[in-house]
Amino acid sequence: MAIDFSKHTRRGALAVMGVAAAALLTGHAAQAKVEGDTIILGSAISLTGKYSTNGIHAQNGYELAVKRINEMGGVKVDGKSYKLKVVYYDDESTPARGAQLAERLIKQDGVQYMLGPYSSGLTKAIAPISEKYKIPMVEAEGASRSLFTQGYKYLFAVLSTSEQYLASAITLAAEIAEKNGKKPSDVRIAMAFENDPFSQDVRAGVMDDAKKYNMQIVIDDKLPRDLSDMSTTLTKVRAVKPDVLVVSGHSKGAATAARQLAEMKIDTPIVAITHCEAAKIISKFGATTNDILCPTQWAETLSYSGKYFGSAADYDKLFKATYEGYKNVPYQAAQASAAVLVWKDAFERANSLDKDKVRDAIAATDMMTFYGGIKFAPEGNNIAKPMVLRQIQNETLNVVAPSKYASHPVNWPRQVPGS
Amino acid sequence: MLFNLQILIDAPIFNVQLLLNGVTVGAIFALAAYGLALVWGVMNVKNLCQGEFVIMGGYIAYYMYTKGIHPMFALPVAIVLMFMFGWFVYRLVISKVIDRDLFTSLLATFGLAIVLQQALNLIFGPEVVTAESGMANRIILGDVAVQDIRVLSLVVACLLAVAVVVFMKNSRMGQAIRATAQDARAAKVMGIDTDQVYAFTYSLNAAICGAAGVLISMIWVIQPFYGITHSIRAFVIVVAAGLGNLPGVIVAGLGLGVAEQYGGFVLGTDFQQVTVTGLLVVVLVILQILMARHRQVVE
Repeated sequence: MAIDFSKHTRRGALAVMGVAAAALLTGHAAQAKVEGDTIILGSAISLTGKYSTNGIHAQNGYELAVKRINEMGGVKVDGKSYKLKVVYYDDESTPARGAQLAERLIKQDGVQYMLGPYSSGLTKAIAPISEKYKIPMVEAEGASRSLFTQGYKYLFAVLSTSEQYLASAITLAAEIAEKNGKKPSDVRIAMAFENDPFSQDVRAGVMDDAKKYNMQIVIDDKLPRDLSDMSTTLTKVRAVKPDVLVVSGHSKGAATAARQLAEMKIDTPIVAITHCEAAKIISKFGATTNDILCPTQWAETLSYSGKYFGSAADYDKLFKATYEGYKNVPYQAAQASAAVLVWKDAFERANSLDKDKVRDAIAATDMMTFYGGIKFAPEGNNIAKPMVLRQIQNETLNVVAPSKYASHPVNWPRQVPGS
Repeated sequence: MLFNLQILIDAPIFNVQLLLNGVTVGAIFALAAYGLALVWGVMNVKNLCQGEFVIMGGYIAYYMYTKGIHPMFALPVAIVLMFMFGWFVYRLVISKVIDRDLFTSLLATFGLAIVLQQALNLIFGPEVVTAESGMANRIILGDVAVQDIRVLSLVVACLLAVAVVVFMKNSRMGQAIRATAQDARAAKVMGIDTDQVYAFTYSLNAAICGAAGVLISMIWVIQPFYGITHSIRAFVIVVAAGLGNLPGVIVAGLGLGVAEQYGGFVLGTDFQQVTVTGLLVVVLVILQILMARHRQVVE
């Protein structure tokens, strides 16, 4: 009997311990959103794999803003001051892994405030998860228009959406045509866009603007995912002599286009390419890239300024002082910092840590930062900040459009490489 | 599409551009394909990491370029380094699977391809890179763009092809390789160290691919994950030409280069690669029909 009894108690003790452990675990999870005086944000981000370069830029941007906010006294909620901290997981640049990690952040780690991953593809994979658990996510690196047509209520993006990337180049072409006594409808456009959601969104924006001005599309090529040669498209460009050439195909598209434009001495008067900075075309191809137009989310020369980082130029200086090895601050980092600022602002306006109250505060955001204005449409995209167009002039990038922010006049027609 | 065809008819000069671009790049495809034909013919290994060897050669050129050395000088370096790498891979992996069935070697080389891609990605990062030759670009005949580097790589590719052919014909090792290809058992009986021959063949293939990669990095762009497209091209060329048919490989290589350019021009750049695989299907169907006819004749 005695033996049996002791067995029972042992079993009982084990059960109690199990329950206690489970309680500890769940208790831990439920409180993980705020640990002591620290508010925990979570992000799955690409630290390895094909997006790692930009993923690390984004992480640096997040970290710089967290550091800055903590140095400036942290986040004040209900009279108490909190510090910010971000928990990261490496999504290996794969959407499936990103979705798993988002689930883990929310369910296992109890994170209730999310920062976005890098790229539209990863954001597309993660947004349904955060939406399912009603966890607000402020993202800074997913520009695809299609993210904001799904009716998501908990997704907010500080950057301009993809269809705006090259639309400004079309407007610029119309302005130039008018200045030269031609009608905008005489402008002929050649397009080469990668066959992926982001680039096709960029294309849709160009198409909309071309339709607005009644311009004619003379070439409409799609570029493959593993693009290494676009000489056939450029041969067509030489044959039909368009007034504008627009190209978007991530870094590889920019590198291939910049190189082959020079090699084939293509003389289209206006050439606009996305991802010039990411592809480092200026340092790779030097003076042959002069007069190419590059859209950007943000530039350190812009006159934006806000409470936390001062002006865009101040941010640029601070970033370079904090992280070694940056000659230019990528806009991917700047917008990541801006996303953290949105969180701080929303916590303080909500004056609460309740995720739904904070979500409503985010939706009502209307602030000016070093990165530009931030105000969200009901769909979650930022409508307060335009894309700007920079032109490579003497191997430096100068803002040329929209005219409100232009620091230099646009060079037109483009100088033919090597001539 | 019809509009694009119309351009070629109205302005025939653009045919010259497509032919020129096709031939210059096709010669490099032929080089990599010849390496595959060797390995396939001699060792009966279908080397799925062929494209990765090409890309590795490209990265050797890129690395030297970033150190301030002209990428053309990377050619001998890539040949030597890739030969050594081929030897290493043979000893480590290929020699273990060469006697096994087809799928074992397919899986092994496919696995190798993935390992090499990821290794390149870790070392050089995922962005596309190029090795700039700094050579002149010109416009001839009014509308045809010619890059000196393309012309030079065409010459180099031809010279390399000739060198390999001479080597295979005249050297002792070349004879041993051909003997092994004809009948490995008989070659063994005659005192040829077939294991050594296999190792040499595989290394030679890697060296040829490395050379092709150096040339590719100077006229196109490379990226750690672009190997697969070069593997596919090599397979299409070898299947179309038949094993051990060197003139066939050269013609198929040049033809594929040109076909890609026409496919890209008429259907759009994203169809450039589709043209390659489309052609493979056509070639296989034709071969099937020819073989069926041959079978009937034999019967």
